[in-house]
Amino acid sequence: MFREHELHKRRFGRNMGLGIVLAVFVALVFGLTVVKVTEIGEKDGFQGVTGTAVLPGEAQR
Amino acid sequence: MSDINSFEGTGDAGFNDYFSLLKPRVMSLVVFTAMVGLLVAPVGVHPLVALASILFIALGGGASGALNMWWDADIDAVMKRTQGRPIPGGRIAPGEALGFGLALSGISVMMLGLAANWFSAAFLAFTIFFYVVIYSMWLKRTTPQNIVIGGAAGAFPPMIGWAVATGGVSVESVLMFALIFMWTPPHFWALALFMKSDYSAAKVPMLTVTHGRKSTRKHILVYTLLLAPVAIGAGFTSIGGPIYVAVAAVLNAMFIWGAWRIFRREEAVAEADGYKVEKKVFAFSLMYLFLHFGAFLAEAALKPWGLGGW
Repeated sequence: MFREHELHKRRFGRNMGLGIVLAVFVALVFGLTVVKVTEIGEKDGFQGVTGTAVLPGEAQR
Repeated sequence: MSDINSFEGTGDAGFNDYFSLLKPRVMSLVVFTAMVGLLVAPVGVHPLVALASILFIALGGGASGALNMWWDADIDAVMKRTQGRPIPGGRIAPGEALGFGLALSGISVMMLGLAANWFSAAFLAFTIFFYVVIYSMWLKRTTPQNIVIGGAAGAFPPMIGWAVATGGVSVESVLMFALIFMWTPPHFWALALFMKSDYSAAKVPMLTVTHGRKSTRKHILVYTLLLAPVAIGAGFTSIGGPIYVAVAAVLNAMFIWGAWRIFRREEAVAEADGYKVEKKVFAFSLMYLFLHFGAFLAEAALKPWGLGGW
Protein backbone atom coordinates (compact mmCIF):
# COMPACT_ATOMS: atom_id res chain seq x y z
CA MET A 1 0.00 0.00 0.00
CA PHE A 2 2.74 2.39 1.07
CA ARG A 3 4.93 1.49 -1.94
CA GLU A 4 2.16 2.26 -4.39
CA HIS A 5 1.53 5.58 -2.71
CA GLU A 6 5.24 6.43 -2.93
CA LEU A 7 5.29 5.51 -6.63
CA HIS A 8 2.30 7.69 -7.41
CA LYS A 9 3.83 10.57 -5.53
CA ARG A 10 7.03 10.31 -7.58
CA ARG A 11 5.11 10.04 -10.85
CA PHE A 12 3.04 13.06 -9.91
CA GLY A 13 6.26 14.99 -9.21
CA ARG A 14 7.66 13.95 -12.58
CA ASN A 15 4.52 14.93 -14.46
CA MET A 16 4.27 18.22 -12.62
CA GLY A 17 7.94 18.97 -13.39
CA LEU A 18 7.43 18.18 -17.06
CA GLY A 19 4.30 20.32 -17.14
CA ILE A 20 6.17 23.31 -15.71
CA VAL A 21 9.05 22.81 -18.17
CA LEU A 22 6.62 22.72 -21.10
CA ALA A 23 4.78 25.81 -19.88
CA VAL A 24 8.09 27.70 -19.58
CA PHE A 25 9.10 26.51 -23.05
CA VAL A 26 5.82 27.72 -24.59
CA ALA A 27 6.18 31.10 -22.85
CA LEU A 28 9.78 31.37 -24.06
CA VAL A 29 8.88 30.59 -27.68
CA PHE A 30 6.02 33.10 -27.52
CA GLY A 31 8.34 35.76 -26.09
CA LEU A 32 10.99 35.03 -28.73
CA THR A 33 8.37 35.33 -31.46
CA VAL A 34 7.30 38.74 -30.18
CA VAL A 35 10.95 39.92 -30.02
CA LYS A 36 11.77 38.59 -33.51
CA VAL A 37 8.71 40.15 -35.12
CA THR A 38 9.41 43.49 -33.42
CA GLU A 39 13.09 43.39 -34.43
CA ILE A 40 12.26 42.67 -38.09
CA GLY A 41 9.92 45.65 -38.06
CA GLU A 42 12.61 47.93 -36.62
CA LYS A 43 15.42 46.77 -38.90
CA ASP A 44 13.67 46.85 -42.26
CA GLY A 45 11.38 49.75 -41.56
CA PHE A 46 8.25 48.08 -42.95
CA GLN A 47 5.93 50.07 -40.70
CA GLY A 48 3.38 51.91 -42.73
CA VAL A 49 4.92 50.82 -46.04
CA THR A 50 2.84 48.41 -48.04
CA GLY A 51 2.71 46.84 -51.49
CA THR A 52 5.51 47.09 -54.04
CA ALA A 53 7.12 50.14 -52.36
CA VAL A 54 9.17 47.76 -50.17
CA LEU A 55 10.75 46.03 -53.21
CA PRO A 56 14.25 47.07 -54.29
CA GLY A 57 14.08 49.69 -57.03
CA GLU A 58 10.40 50.43 -56.45
CA ALA A 59 11.14 52.79 -53.58
CA GLN A 60 13.19 55.12 -55.83
CA ARG A 61 10.36 55.72 -58.32
CA MET B 1 30.60 0.75 -22.86
CA SER B 2 30.99 -2.96 -22.19
CA ASP B 3 27.58 -4.29 -21.30
CA ILE B 4 24.73 -1.89 -21.51
CA ASN B 5 22.09 -4.55 -20.98
CA SER B 6 23.23 -5.13 -17.42
CA PHE B 7 21.42 -1.95 -16.37
CA GLU B 8 17.68 -2.08 -16.28
CA GLY B 9 15.56 0.88 -15.38
CA THR B 10 12.70 0.43 -12.94
CA GLY B 11 10.65 2.92 -14.90
CA ASP B 12 9.68 4.97 -11.88
CA ALA B 13 12.37 7.63 -12.01
CA GLY B 14 11.51 11.00 -10.52
CA PHE B 15 11.94 14.40 -12.14
CA ASN B 16 15.22 14.85 -10.27
CA ASP B 17 16.67 11.73 -11.87
CA TYR B 18 16.14 13.17 -15.34
CA PHE B 19 17.52 16.48 -14.19
CA SER B 20 20.64 14.80 -12.78
CA LEU B 21 21.19 13.12 -16.18
CA LEU B 22 21.98 16.62 -17.43
CA LYS B 23 24.93 16.93 -15.01
CA PRO B 24 23.70 20.14 -13.35
CA ARG B 25 27.11 20.98 -11.87
CA VAL B 26 28.82 20.94 -15.26
CA MET B 27 25.82 22.79 -16.66
CA SER B 28 26.31 25.61 -14.15
CA LEU B 29 29.84 26.16 -15.49
CA VAL B 30 28.48 26.07 -19.05
CA VAL B 31 25.78 28.61 -18.19
CA PHE B 32 28.23 30.96 -16.49
CA THR B 33 30.96 30.90 -19.16
CA ALA B 34 28.47 31.08 -22.06
CA MET B 35 26.77 34.01 -20.36
CA VAL B 36 30.09 35.83 -19.96
CA GLY B 37 30.99 35.11 -23.60
CA LEU B 38 27.67 36.59 -24.68
CA LEU B 39 27.75 39.64 -22.40
CA VAL B 40 31.33 40.74 -23.12
CA ALA B 41 30.80 40.59 -26.90
CA PRO B 42 30.78 44.00 -28.61
CA VAL B 43 27.33 43.41 -30.13
CA GLY B 44 24.21 43.86 -28.01
CA VAL B 45 21.58 41.12 -27.84
CA HIS B 46 17.95 41.48 -26.78
CA PRO B 47 17.70 40.29 -23.14
CA LEU B 48 15.10 37.61 -23.95
CA VAL B 49 17.14 36.31 -26.89
CA ALA B 50 20.20 36.24 -24.61
CA LEU B 51 18.30 34.39 -21.88
CA ALA B 52 16.86 31.88 -24.34
CA SER B 53 20.24 31.34 -26.00
CA ILE B 54 21.97 30.64 -22.69
CA LEU B 55 19.15 28.25 -21.76
CA PHE B 56 19.53 26.36 -25.04
CA ILE B 57 23.33 26.24 -24.74
CA ALA B 58 22.86 24.84 -21.21
CA LEU B 59 20.33 22.34 -22.55
CA GLY B 60 22.81 21.24 -25.23
CA GLY B 61 25.47 20.83 -22.54
CA GLY B 62 22.98 18.83 -20.47
CA ALA B 63 22.11 16.66 -23.47
CA SER B 64 25.76 15.78 -23.98
CA GLY B 65 25.93 14.96 -20.26
CA ALA B 66 23.01 12.53 -20.64
CA LEU B 67 24.63 10.90 -23.69
CA ASN B 68 27.91 10.66 -21.77
CA MET B 69 26.11 8.94 -18.87
CA TRP B 70 24.49 6.50 -21.31
CA TRP B 71 27.86 5.59 -22.83
CA ASP B 72 29.79 5.51 -19.55
CA ALA B 73 27.22 3.62 -17.47
CA ASP B 74 29.63 0.71 -16.99
CA ILE B 75 32.41 2.99 -15.71
CA ASP B 76 29.99 4.90 -13.50
CA ALA B 77 28.88 1.66 -11.86
CA VAL B 78 32.47 0.93 -10.79
CA MET B 79 33.48 4.36 -9.52
CA LYS B 80 32.38 5.34 -6.01
CA ARG B 81 31.79 8.96 -7.01
CA THR B 82 29.33 8.02 -9.78
CA GLN B 83 27.66 4.84 -8.50
CA GLY B 84 24.54 6.72 -7.47
CA ARG B 85 23.85 8.16 -10.93
CA PRO B 86 20.42 7.30 -12.39
CA ILE B 87 21.59 4.57 -14.83
CA PRO B 88 23.91 2.54 -12.58
CA GLY B 89 21.40 3.20 -9.78
CA GLY B 90 18.77 1.41 -11.89
CA ARG B 91 16.29 4.28 -11.94
CA ILE B 92 16.61 5.09 -15.65
CA ALA B 93 17.22 2.54 -18.43
CA PRO B 94 20.20 3.19 -20.74
CA GLY B 95 17.99 3.36 -23.82
CA GLU B 96 15.83 5.95 -22.14
CA ALA B 97 18.87 8.10 -21.35
CA LEU B 98 20.03 7.76 -24.97
CA GLY B 99 16.66 8.89 -26.31
CA PHE B 100 16.49 11.69 -23.78
CA GLY B 101 19.99 12.91 -24.73
CA LEU B 102 19.37 12.73 -28.48
CA ALA B 103 16.01 14.50 -28.24
CA LEU B 104 17.44 17.29 -26.10
CA SER B 105 20.43 17.65 -28.45
CA GLY B 106 18.10 18.15 -31.41
CA ILE B 107 15.82 20.56 -29.54
CA SER B 108 18.70 22.65 -28.15
CA VAL B 109 20.49 23.00 -31.52
CA MET B 110 17.33 23.82 -33.49
CA MET B 111 16.07 26.26 -30.89
CA LEU B 112 19.45 28.04 -30.63
CA GLY B 113 19.47 28.38 -34.42
CA LEU B 114 15.99 29.89 -34.38
CA ALA B 115 16.59 32.11 -31.34
CA ALA B 116 20.07 33.40 -32.23
CA ASN B 117 21.83 32.32 -35.43
CA TRP B 118 22.76 29.12 -37.24
CA PHE B 119 26.49 29.58 -36.75
CA SER B 120 26.15 29.34 -32.97
CA ALA B 121 23.72 26.42 -33.41
CA ALA B 122 26.24 24.55 -35.58
CA PHE B 123 28.89 25.31 -32.98
CA LEU B 124 26.67 23.83 -30.25
CA ALA B 125 26.06 20.72 -32.38
CA PHE B 126 29.81 20.35 -32.88
CA THR B 127 30.41 20.73 -29.13
CA ILE B 128 27.90 17.96 -28.35
CA PHE B 129 29.52 15.75 -31.00
CA PHE B 130 32.99 16.51 -29.64
CA TYR B 131 32.06 15.70 -26.04
CA VAL B 132 30.10 12.54 -26.80
CA VAL B 133 31.96 11.00 -29.75
CA ILE B 134 35.51 12.40 -29.61
CA TYR B 135 35.87 12.53 -25.83
CA SER B 136 33.49 9.94 -24.30
CA MET B 137 33.51 7.27 -27.00
CA TRP B 138 37.01 7.62 -28.35
CA LEU B 139 39.61 9.37 -26.18
CA LYS B 140 38.47 8.76 -22.62
CA ARG B 141 39.27 5.04 -22.68
CA THR B 142 42.20 5.04 -25.06
CA THR B 143 44.65 7.77 -24.12
CA PRO B 144 45.93 9.44 -20.94
CA GLN B 145 45.67 12.71 -22.89
CA ASN B 146 41.87 12.28 -22.70
CA ILE B 147 41.53 15.22 -20.33
CA VAL B 148 43.67 17.51 -22.49
CA ILE B 149 41.78 17.06 -25.76
CA GLY B 150 38.42 16.33 -24.16
CA GLY B 151 38.72 19.56 -22.21
CA ALA B 152 38.01 21.40 -25.45
CA ALA B 153 34.35 20.40 -25.18
CA GLY B 154 34.04 22.23 -21.88
CA ALA B 155 35.91 25.21 -23.32
CA PHE B 156 33.53 25.89 -26.22
CA PRO B 157 30.57 27.48 -24.32
CA PRO B 158 32.04 31.03 -24.07
CA MET B 159 32.80 30.85 -27.81
CA ILE B 160 29.19 29.82 -28.45
CA GLY B 161 27.98 32.69 -26.27
CA TRP B 162 30.20 35.09 -28.23
CA ALA B 163 28.90 33.60 -31.51
CA VAL B 164 25.29 34.18 -30.36
CA ALA B 165 26.03 37.91 -30.18
CA THR B 166 28.45 38.37 -33.06
CA GLY B 167 27.67 35.46 -35.37
CA GLY B 168 31.36 34.57 -35.60
CA VAL B 169 34.70 33.87 -33.94
CA SER B 170 37.39 36.35 -32.89
CA VAL B 171 40.66 36.46 -31.00
CA GLU B 172 38.79 37.30 -27.77
CA SER B 173 36.53 34.26 -27.97
CA VAL B 174 39.46 32.03 -28.90
CA LEU B 175 41.34 33.27 -25.82
CA MET B 176 38.36 32.54 -23.58
CA PHE B 177 38.36 29.04 -25.08
CA ALA B 178 42.12 28.72 -24.52
CA LEU B 179 41.78 29.79 -20.90
CA ILE B 180 39.37 26.92 -20.08
CA PHE B 181 41.19 24.51 -22.38
CA MET B 182 44.53 25.04 -20.60
CA TRP B 183 42.91 25.14 -17.17
CA THR B 184 41.13 21.77 -17.52
CA PRO B 185 44.17 19.42 -17.34
CA PRO B 186 45.70 20.74 -14.09
CA HIS B 187 42.20 20.96 -12.58
CA PHE B 188 41.33 17.33 -13.34
CA TRP B 189 44.77 15.91 -12.68
CA ALA B 190 44.69 17.45 -9.20
CA LEU B 191 41.38 15.60 -8.73
CA ALA B 192 42.88 12.38 -10.13
CA LEU B 193 45.70 12.53 -7.59
CA PHE B 194 43.30 12.08 -4.69
CA MET B 195 40.69 9.92 -6.49
CA LYS B 196 43.22 7.37 -7.73
CA SER B 197 41.50 4.15 -6.72
CA ASP B 198 38.35 5.15 -8.59
CA TYR B 199 39.99 5.70 -11.98
CA SER B 200 42.14 2.59 -11.61
CA ALA B 201 39.11 0.44 -10.81
CA ALA B 202 37.26 1.78 -13.84
CA LYS B 203 40.31 1.17 -16.07
CA VAL B 204 40.20 4.75 -17.35
CA PRO B 205 43.73 5.59 -18.55
CA MET B 206 44.22 8.65 -16.39
CA LEU B 207 47.72 10.06 -16.38
CA THR B 208 48.11 8.91 -12.76
CA VAL B 209 47.52 5.31 -13.82
CA THR B 210 49.54 5.24 -17.05
CA HIS B 211 52.48 7.55 -16.32
CA GLY B 212 52.58 7.48 -12.56
CA ARG B 213 51.90 10.06 -9.92
CA LYS B 214 55.26 11.82 -10.07
CA SER B 215 54.76 12.47 -13.78
CA THR B 216 51.22 13.75 -13.13
CA ARG B 217 52.58 16.24 -10.61
CA LYS B 218 55.06 17.46 -13.22
CA HIS B 219 52.31 17.73 -15.83
CA ILE B 220 50.20 19.85 -13.46
CA LEU B 221 53.08 22.29 -12.99
CA VAL B 222 53.88 22.50 -16.72
CA TYR B 223 50.24 23.11 -17.71
CA THR B 224 49.81 25.70 -14.97
CA LEU B 225 52.89 27.54 -16.27
CA LEU B 226 51.55 27.40 -19.84
CA LEU B 227 48.14 28.57 -18.66
CA ALA B 228 49.45 31.79 -17.08
CA PRO B 229 50.43 33.66 -20.28
CA VAL B 230 47.13 32.67 -21.94
CA ALA B 231 45.10 33.85 -18.95
CA ILE B 232 46.98 37.12 -18.50
CA GLY B 233 47.31 37.69 -22.27
CA ALA B 234 43.50 37.67 -22.62
CA GLY B 235 43.51 40.79 -20.47
CA PHE B 236 45.20 42.80 -23.21
CA THR B 237 42.40 42.29 -25.74
CA SER B 238 39.15 44.26 -26.02
CA ILE B 239 37.46 42.15 -23.32
CA GLY B 240 40.22 42.75 -20.77
CA GLY B 241 41.34 45.74 -18.76
CA PRO B 242 43.35 46.71 -15.68
CA ILE B 243 40.99 44.96 -13.25
CA TYR B 244 41.15 41.71 -15.18
CA VAL B 245 44.95 41.85 -15.55
CA ALA B 246 45.39 42.51 -11.82
CA VAL B 247 43.02 39.66 -10.88
CA ALA B 248 44.65 37.30 -13.42
CA ALA B 249 48.18 38.13 -12.22
CA VAL B 250 47.30 37.33 -8.59
CA LEU B 251 45.31 34.18 -9.42
CA ASN B 252 47.98 32.79 -11.73
CA ALA B 253 50.72 33.42 -9.20
CA MET B 254 48.63 31.54 -6.61
CA PHE B 255 47.85 28.69 -9.01
CA ILE B 256 51.52 28.31 -9.99
CA TRP B 257 52.48 28.33 -6.30
CA GLY B 258 49.90 25.58 -5.65
CA ALA B 259 51.14 23.56 -8.64
CA TRP B 260 54.73 23.99 -7.42
CA ARG B 261 53.75 22.65 -3.99
CA ILE B 262 52.04 19.67 -5.64
CA PHE B 263 55.15 19.08 -7.76
CA ARG B 264 57.49 19.18 -4.77
CA ARG B 265 55.46 16.81 -2.60
CA GLU B 266 56.46 13.22 -2.04
CA GLU B 267 53.69 10.69 -2.53
CA ALA B 268 54.12 9.27 0.97
CA VAL B 269 53.72 12.72 2.55
CA ALA B 270 50.64 13.43 0.44
CA GLU B 271 49.07 10.12 1.37
CA ALA B 272 49.84 10.69 5.05
CA ASP B 273 47.99 13.99 5.21
CA GLY B 274 45.08 12.82 3.03
CA TYR B 275 46.14 14.81 -0.07
CA LYS B 276 45.53 18.08 1.70
CA VAL B 277 47.44 20.26 -0.78
CA GLU B 278 46.00 18.50 -3.85
CA LYS B 279 42.46 18.97 -2.55
CA LYS B 280 43.15 22.61 -1.76
CA VAL B 281 44.56 23.30 -5.24
CA PHE B 282 41.61 21.49 -6.83
CA ALA B 283 39.15 23.68 -4.89
CA PHE B 284 41.19 26.77 -5.72
CA SER B 285 41.19 25.92 -9.43
CA LEU B 286 37.38 26.17 -9.45
CA MET B 287 37.59 29.61 -7.88
CA TYR B 288 40.37 30.51 -10.34
CA LEU B 289 38.13 29.98 -13.37
CA PHE B 290 35.10 31.61 -11.78
CA LEU B 291 37.06 34.74 -10.87
CA HIS B 292 38.68 35.07 -14.31
CA PHE B 293 35.30 35.06 -16.02
CA GLY B 294 33.91 37.25 -13.25
CA ALA B 295 36.67 39.77 -14.03
CA PHE B 296 35.77 39.73 -17.75
CA LEU B 297 32.20 40.44 -16.74
CA ALA B 298 33.27 43.25 -14.38
CA GLU B 299 35.22 44.94 -17.19
CA ALA B 300 32.18 44.78 -19.47
CA ALA B 301 29.81 45.96 -16.73
CA LEU B 302 32.00 48.98 -15.89
CA LYS B 303 32.46 50.09 -19.50
CA PRO B 304 29.30 52.24 -19.65
CA TRP B 305 30.77 54.32 -16.79
CA GLY B 306 34.10 54.67 -18.55
CA LEU B 307 35.84 52.48 -15.97
CA GLY B 308 36.19 49.04 -17.58
CA GLY B 309 38.46 48.09 -20.47
CA TRP B 310 41.55 49.82 -21.75
